[in-house]
Formats: sequence, structure tokens, C-alpha cells
Amino acid sequence: MQITVDGTQHELDVEGDMPLLWVLRDELGVKGVKYGCGVAACGACTVHIDGEAVRSCQVAAGDVWGEVTTIEGLGNPGTLHAVQAAWIEHQVAQCGYCQSGQIMQAAALLAETPAPSDADIDAAMDGNLCRCGTYPRIRAAVKTAAKTLQEG
Amino acid sequence: MGRARTIARRTFLIGSAAIAGGVAFGVWRYKTPYANPLEPGLAEGEAALTPYVKIDAEGVTLITPRADKGQGAYHVQAALIAEELDVNIEDIKADPGPPSAAYWNGALAEEVAEFSVPAGGAMRAVAETGAGAMMKFIGLQITGGSTTVPDAWEKLRAAGASARETLKQAAAEEWDLRASDLKTEGGRVIAPDGRELDYTELAARAARVKPVQDVALRPPEAWRYIGKPMRRLDIVQKSTGTMTYGIDVDVEGMVHAAVLLSPAQGGALRGYDASEAEAMRGVTAVVPVTGGVAVIADNTWRAFEAADAIEADWGEAQMPETMDGHWQALSDAFTADAQDSRPRDDGDVDEALDGGDLVETEYRAPYLAHAPLEPINAIVRINDDDSADVWTGTQIPRFVQTNVGAIAGIDAGDVRVHAQMIGGSFGHRLEDEVVKQAAEIAVQMKGTPVKLTYKREMDMTHDFPRQIAMARARGTVKDGRVESYDLGIAMPSVMGSQMGRQGLAVPGPDSQIVAGAWEQPFAIPNHRVTGYRAEGLAPISSWRSVGASSNGFFYNAGLDELIEAAGADPMEERLRLVSDPLARAVLEAVAEMSGWDGAKMGPGKGRGVALTRSFGVHCAEVVEVSDTEDGLVIDKAYVAAEMGRVVDPVNFENVVAGGVIFGLGHAMNCEITYEGGVAQQENFYSYEGMRLRQCPEIMVRGLENGDAVRGIGEPPVPPAAPALAGAIFAATGQRLREMPFSKFVDFA
Repeated sequence: MQITVDGTQHELDVEGDMPLLWVLRDELGVKGVKYGCGVAACGACTVHIDGEAVRSCQVAAGDVWGEVTTIEGLGNPGTLHAVQAAWIEHQVAQCGYCQSGQIMQAAALLAETPAPSDADIDAAMDGNLCRCGTYPRIRAAVKTAAKTLQEG
Repeated sequence: MGRARTIARRTFLIGSAAIAGGVAFGVWRYKTPYANPLEPGLAEGEAALTPYVKIDAEGVTLITPRADKGQGAYHVQAALIAEELDVNIEDIKADPGPPSAAYWNGALAEEVAEFSVPAGGAMRAVAETGAGAMMKFIGLQITGGSTTVPDAWEKLRAAGASARETLKQAAAEEWDLRASDLKTEGGRVIAPDGRELDYTELAARAARVKPVQDVALRPPEAWRYIGKPMRRLDIVQKSTGTMTYGIDVDVEGMVHAAVLLSPAQGGALRGYDASEAEAMRGVTAVVPVTGGVAVIADNTWRAFEAADAIEADWGEAQMPETMDGHWQALSDAFTADAQDSRPRDDGDVDEALDGGDLVETEYRAPYLAHAPLEPINAIVRINDDDSADVWTGTQIPRFVQTNVGAIAGIDAGDVRVHAQMIGGSFGHRLEDEVVKQAAEIAVQMKGTPVKLTYKREMDMTHDFPRQIAMARARGTVKDGRVESYDLGIAMPSVMGSQMGRQGLAVPGPDSQIVAGAWEQPFAIPNHRVTGYRAEGLAPISSWRSVGASSNGFFYNAGLDELIEAAGADPMEERLRLVSDPLARAVLEAVAEMSGWDGAKMGPGKGRGVALTRSFGVHCAEVVEVSDTEDGLVIDKAYVAAEMGRVVDPVNFENVVAGGVIFGLGHAMNCEITYEGGVAQQENFYSYEGMRLRQCPEIMVRGLENGDAVRGIGEPPVPPAAPALAGAIFAATGQRLREMPFSKFVDFA
């Protein structure tokens, strides 16, 4: 099967029911995508498929319906996405393990809703668990990123 | 504080050593006459260097031996060194472990550990409970007890200062100038005429210069980093998916393993049928490990799937069959025979209790999983030359060496631990079952690196959780004041369970049974705190704030009910009773921040207050809630903590707010319950904690009134639950005496 990840097309020989998460991490070495729960209860594995935020642990390799963008494709230390820049500015991360998923979720939210209300942010980000408790900074960083993107 | 500080001052001797292409600076420690089981290779009078600064042609590396599990430990350790060394923190590397095998020796770890028992902190408490075994325990490199900053505060700055002055001396010799005429900036020594030499250019010469000792540390007004906002060293990597955690490490030729462990915690494996698993794609082997069966495959998911396909027959757990049995064991422990300690007994409690209307209450705190978001994992490779390599995130690297060495039948000193960034711990990485199991697999396939990753369900159900605990409070009031308070706490011994797994006995009382209760800064005329040790319960471990995580709730909740009986205000009566000026200041701070004018804030709104002294830190919190149609909403939380010195204010605010959220989230809806020894919660859908929508606005203030520098990882946790319970009472009139509160009230 074929899959396009962060702009690169890959030919794969894996079981159709292998979750995209493990295709990315173990077959393609995209380690920025994190395993947290395997059951869509934490959001650490969030990636975009055709711009939509999805839990990659719940998407079977055989069902991937479009181009996959991961945290590593969203931006990089040299060319930051506005959401990543906001995450750095607010120093959101503690352990940082959930933040790939948080950032991907936030980027999808802002693509759809450029000026989210507090309620929009709560609703969009509620499925992304942070065990360290960085929520106040996540909220602040989403607002900063929204502003940056709008001024863009 | 006295003991640790005395030792630190007496034994500080900064040294240097030549390394390939450069120099290392650190703290010397001489072999002392008493036996040091950890470093048999060191003869009496010989010295070993613990390096903190390494300079070679490639640059400056600061060694940050305390594990970083999200609390910013690498950054804060690097900042303390950089402050005196005059390097720009963004220009240097921080390395958690030994840069080469030569650094990773017992003396290094033992040296690092010697100072890791500062005033307060779980480890000192442990040390006080059982001398022999505990001294052995603390003679190890451990991250815990909020000790990183207190431990590092003088030692790392001294290492940086000595290195700086020695580099100046080397430059002075190079230029034939006096060192006192030179200055340093940005990793360079600068001469009065403007000539400059990079530290990297001076490294080789500096290794031959006698290290400059007794350098006076800079006064606070000269600090460039300490107390000022800094960008965390790891923040860009952690915002771009480029940080490598233990679970992300790939080693050449690595195989993936998963384990199936007895559903009943600790139950034996009687037999298994792995025929289906063995036939699955990518599976190469199925082997028994302690407590279960392991699958070896070519991919993590295939290993998980195959492990789930094994049919096994399991023995039973050694714990009560039902939760009623667990609570009964705690209830039964309130006896003279099971009394573990009575560290506080002020006034005449019995007489006071006889003389007034008794307020009697009982409180409960459940088992709790650590559940860091990165499931535990480890890579172990046993090499043909009787050495081993371990790649894992750990707070106990010395135990890892010892245990892997024992499993592989090799010397612990030949086990190289490559410390990895940790995706959260909360105490989970003070255990090393995953490393031991990986080692058991690895010895069966020498030369092959084996990566064992726990499936989330395995991580949660086979955690050694926070202690279950019960408290009984009695007291009397008189003339609107709290007159007597008698608090008994029953729990299993955390230290006994945790150390028992490392083969260490813990003689004497376990101070964690009463931690966060007996040492509280309140002058109640008749006041008694008694600890009772319950036996035969689930194996447990240190969970963020340890004993205080349950006892902070018990103590404050019991006090609140006495204050209510007295008809007093929770804040005012605490302020009247508080006996320590540092504690008074944090209470006054949260009263001012929250605009406290009583617990009731109008219809369906209320606030609560709690103060807990834990790990030497006085931390007060006020929580405000609203009772809405959708359920209870936590609107705001105010926190003040006495820190002595806030090293990194940006990170401080983040970690404190996170600690409050951790405390509130678990109090709201988390528990681990066992049925037949099987944990009933296995993933985040049944063990949720706080979600973003529920997160209150949190205001944080760090006070710097005290002399001692403190760590903040744990102290914000204990006061959160009782402040929330107080707020819910004020808003609804309902007293909550058992966590999680979601068993009795609904949260929005």
C-alpha cells in the first residue's frame, strides 16, 4: 500500500489493520508522533489527514484516506509553524510528551476557526490529555498562535 | 537542614581531570574509612571526580545527573552551572549521563548522591527511619523528594565558579598575565587588551592547572540567570516533535518486546499457550519473564497484539479479594499493636477530648496510578564481553545497574546506563520492573538490543500505585476556637514496599505514614498525630508527594470540620493557629490574592483553603467553585509557596500550576480499585484526571522569605484536594470525606 507522510510517498507492506500510529513510528521512524493510550483517550498520537486532526492510533493503515501531516511536517526548529512558535514563546511544555498531539490539534482548530472563543478552545482541545497540567499555557498559546496567523 | 549543609560545606573540593582533548571539572570525594559497598575499586584516601563541566574541542557540556521527567531538571541544573561559569546557556549542551564510560562509575553516582539528601524531602525522612539500609539506599543517584534544586544549589554553582577561575588561570599562563586582570564572558576569557581565548581552546591547558578552590559565589545582584525568566533548554525540541524520549530510541539490530503479566497483581504464571501468538506476523519468540510472558517481534504493535493472543493460567494475588477487604484492613490497623509512630503529642489530648463535645470523622484516599503519558519502556543489550547497555528514563540509575548486572551475571559497574528524557513520571520511574524484564529477555538473546514497551493497559494495571489510606480525626472546640485535634492515619508502608522490591529492609517507623500531617505549622493546644501501619495490601510506591498526597487532605479536611464546629472561618482560624512565620506568609498571600472575605461567595459559590508543609515547603492554596446546572465548576485556584529562592520563575509557575492540576484532577475522579487483585482501571477512559475544559484559572506566587532553597515538584499537590473539598462544602453544604469526589458529586 502507499501512504504519503509529510510530503513523502512511501510504499508499505504491512497489515491493513496496523494502526497508522505504528506505521509512522515503527515502520517509517516518525517518532514525533507519540503513543499514549492506543484507544483515542489521550490525543498524543494526533496527526492530520488532509488537514483534519485524527487520532492515528484509531486509523488503520489500510484506511488512510489522504495525505498525512505529522508534527515533524507541520514545521521544524528552523521553520516553525505559528502554533509551534507560540508553544515556545509560552514555554508550554513540561515533560512535553503530549505536546505533539496538542500542537497538531491546535493547528487543525485554527485552520478551521481562525479566532476561536474560550469555549471553542475548550471543546477542540478537551480530548488531548496533559498529565503534567500545562493546560493554562496551552490556552494562552492557542490564542497567541491565532493572533499570529490572523496577522500573518 | 543542618546536617546536609554541614556535610556539603565540609566536603566541597572542586577538582579537575584531563579527558581526551579537554578537561572536566567537578566535585572530588575521597574514599572515607567507612565501608562504601558501591565503589570497591576505590582504596582509602583515593579520590573520584564527579564531573559537572566538560570542555573539549567540541564545546562546553554541563553534566546534569538528575533525571528530567518534565520538571525542567536539566535546565535548572545547567542554569546553576552557567551562572558562575560565564557561558551562554543557549550555547552549551546539557548531558544527563556520562559522556563516556569512564564517567559512569560507582564513585560518580555515589558522590552525586551524597548531597541528594537535603533538609526535608522524602529521602531524608527515609534516612531517618532506618540507618543501615537507608544509607545504602541514599548512597545512590536518585531523583526524588523535590531534592534536585536544594541538592544542586551550592554544589553546581561552586563547580562552575571553580572551573571559571581555573580557565582564567590557564589563560593567564598562556598570556603571561595575572588571572585577576582577566574577565570571562560567553564562554571566553578576555584580556585587558582585548585578546580572547575560547574555553575550548584553553581546555587542554586547564587540565594541567591546579584547580582554583574556594571561589566566592556571586551575590544575587550579579546573577544573570537565577531568578530571571529563561528559555528552557528543551523547549524547542519539545515543541517540534524532535525531543527523543526513551520510547523513541532505536538501537541497531533492535527487536521489540511486549509482556503479558498476571492480571492479578503479583500472581504467578502457572502455564501458558502461545501457539496463536507464535504464528502471528513478525513474532520471533515467546519467552517467560518474572510474573508473565514476553513476546519478541519486529514492531511494537505486533508485539502488543501477540501478547494479547496468549492464553495463560495465573495464580492469585496476595491482597484482599475486594475493596471492602482493603478498607477493612486499614480500619483494623487502628490499634496499639499496629502503631507505627506518634511524632506529635502536644498538650493533653485525652483530657481535652473528654472535656468537650467530640467531633469525629473518617477520611479515605484511594490507590492512584502514576500514569505518565509515556508508557514505561527500556532497551537492554547484554554484550558478549560481559557488559550491558541500558537505554531508559530512570530516577534510580544505580539500582538499574545493580539489577541488570545481577540478571546478566555481570558486574554492576559494567552496566552502562544511557539516561533518556522521561515523558512524565510522578514517581513511576522510581521503579525498574520494566528494565528487569527487558534484561531477562535480553540475556536469552545476547548481543541483541531488546526494547520492551508496556502497553498502556499494562502500565496502568501493573503500576505500583499511591498508597491507599484512611484517617480518623477527633477533636473539640471551645469558645469559637479549635481546642484539640487528634489525627490517626493508617496506610501500608510506602518505603517498605518500594525498598522491599530492591531487596532492602526498612527497619523502624515509616515517616511517610505521617508525612504532611505531624509536622504542620499549627499550634493547636492539644494536638496528636499517630501513624498506623496496615499490612497485606497491594504493593505500592512513591507517588508525587508520597505520604503527604493523602495526608494533606486528611489533615486539612479534619481541621476544617473542627473549624466549622467552632463557628470560625477556615482562613481566619488557620491564621490564628499558624505557628511559623513562613507559613503565615503563604496563608496571607493566598488570602490577599483571592480577596478572601469568607468561605461563602454567594448562591452556589464557595471557596476553600488548605496549607500543607511538605518537603520543607509551606504551600497554601485557595480554590473557588461554582455549583452549576452542568455540575461543579472549579473557577479559580490561588497558590503561594515559600521557596527560599525561585531559580527559574517561568518554569516555577508552570510546575506549580501543574501540581495544583495534578492534585485537583486526581481528587476529582481518579482511583485504582482491585477486584481479586486485578486493577479495574486500565486506560485513560476510566482514569482521566483533569481535562482542559475543567482547568481553572491559576494564580501562582513564589515567596522568598526563608533561607533554604527548596524544590517545588511535589509541594503544590497535597493542599489542592482539601482546598477543593472546602470549596465544595462552602458552595453546596456537602462534606466530602473520601476521594475521588466524583463518587459523591458531579463535575462539569
